[in-house]
Amino acid sequence: MSKKKKWLLMSTTAIAISLIALNAYAGDPTGAISLKKDPGAPVDYVWVLLCAFLVFIMQLGFAYVESGFCRAKNAVNLMMKNLMDFVMGSLAFWAIGYALMMGTDSHGLFGTTGWFLHGNAYDVHTYLIWMFEVVFAATAATIVSGGVAERIKFSVYLFYSVIVSAVIYPIYGHWVWGGGWLSKLPYGIGAVDFAGSGVVHAIGGTIALVGAMMLGPRIGRYDKDGKPKPILGHNIPMAALGVFILWFGWFGFNPGSTLSAHELRISVIAVNTNLAAAAGGLSALLFMYAKHGKWDIGMTLNGVLAGLVAITAPCAWVEAWAAVVIGLIAGVLVCLGVMLLDKLHIDDPVGAFPVHGINGLWGLISVGLFADGTYGNYTTAMPHVIGLFYGGGVGQLIAQVISAVVCFVWAFVCAWITFSIAKVIFNGIRISPEEEIEGVDIIEHGTPAYPDFQIYKH
Amino acid sequence: MRKIEAVIKPFKLDDVKQALVEAGIQGMTITEVRGFGRQKGHTEVYRGTEYHIEFLPKIKIEVVVTEEMASKCIETIKNAAYTGKIGDGKIFSLPVEETVRIRTGEKGKDAV
Repeated sequence: MSKKKKWLLMSTTAIAISLIALNAYAGDPTGAISLKKDPGAPVDYVWVLLCAFLVFIMQLGFAYVESGFCRAKNAVNLMMKNLMDFVMGSLAFWAIGYALMMGTDSHGLFGTTGWFLHGNAYDVHTYLIWMFEVVFAATAATIVSGGVAERIKFSVYLFYSVIVSAVIYPIYGHWVWGGGWLSKLPYGIGAVDFAGSGVVHAIGGTIALVGAMMLGPRIGRYDKDGKPKPILGHNIPMAALGVFILWFGWFGFNPGSTLSAHELRISVIAVNTNLAAAAGGLSALLFMYAKHGKWDIGMTLNGVLAGLVAITAPCAWVEAWAAVVIGLIAGVLVCLGVMLLDKLHIDDPVGAFPVHGINGLWGLISVGLFADGTYGNYTTAMPHVIGLFYGGGVGQLIAQVISAVVCFVWAFVCAWITFSIAKVIFNGIRISPEEEIEGVDIIEHGTPAYPDFQIYKH
Repeated sequence: MRKIEAVIKPFKLDDVKQALVEAGIQGMTITEVRGFGRQKGHTEVYRGTEYHIEFLPKIKIEVVVTEEMASKCIETIKNAAYTGKIGDGKIFSLPVEETVRIRTGEKGKDAV
């Protein structure tokens, strides 16, 4: 290379590097400026991060629940799906998802800045919010693995994980949390969803429904007369452990959504979260006892989760008694939901749609009914959120119903498109019948979950 | 030589083993099996759907004894495994052609 060319190359490189370096300073990646501007920031940062870590542990909870409710020959596959949707989700949400969700708004439809957490996005506060939001995105993604369990191709699941974290979740999330059109509806104070009954759970649950519908039921799940035949989970204690962990993680999910430790409402949120879980567990327990004369653990566990899902939207805006009522209703709804899916021959191995879909939508709607006007939009300042039962009229309720309908339709259509594309790319989304009978673990992963044990194959 | 095979209720295993040892039986093999005879199963519930279980857990005991010990062995098992309720199980007696002790190579009665 000639001297001139060498010099040209070196100077261009130097300019490029300094431009990139300069670019990173528009935000505050060091944190010193942010601390000076807000001396109260440290406790907020610690709070949000701690809560994010709690929500992360919900991945473990979901892995346990789903694996416990499915057969031993697929246990590795369930673990891999729950592991990889967080892996793929983290990367997709870093590259694209967060920007679409929280970037500078365009026409109320999607965000446009913050790609790859680079440039102006390289900022301690942005990174803080990203850390909290990514575990929420991963929660929405991992809900689906239960509904499609035991028969989806792993490659299809990897593909789906990217799409949900990059597009489906962030865009609806933008509409509600990113300053998009649903938050600006001219009813009540616009659609609200405190910690994500809709944004996270109804989105995930509805995608799970579509996946279950498009895959079809597992072999042997319904006999030739359409009668449901249970496929027993291989480890009920593991499923129960998973629910305990989810309940624990939810104490980060809901109270953490204040994004600030200075909002003392976090105590109310925590109490509401707990009470709804308890109420959901109780009503499901009693419903099943009335129906079968047994204290059924499977549906009681689902009832606890249903209560947690349902309170996720209203948790900051209601009083304790309302949390109990919302939870009690959720526990009944999840049992009815499971019965409905069986009637429709939709095989949802862990009840992902009844737990997260149906109760996510119920949670959204309950805000419009039970919000009591004592707290605002993530702030103590006015306007406060107030629902029908407290003289707020039907305004908020209308906004909530609209957001619920939009949530369901958006998730349903996006899921249908995603799995349809996957059908083409991967030549079908379901494993072959021989593979399904042999077990996904050996076929897709080459590793049995319990090689020391002779598993009674079913 | 005879092989005595008995399918018994699992919780009866300790009683049967104890009785056989006291009767002079020097060894046995057990397997965990499932089965049903005229005993009805029971109904279970999973996530809101009822289903019927026919196969119930049982223990199969296999003992190889000399001809002389066979009927005593059968009596011993029968008495120890008895509860009087449906599902107590069954005992089978089969002829054995050859027995070999692996460690020493002994055959026949010496290997039992």
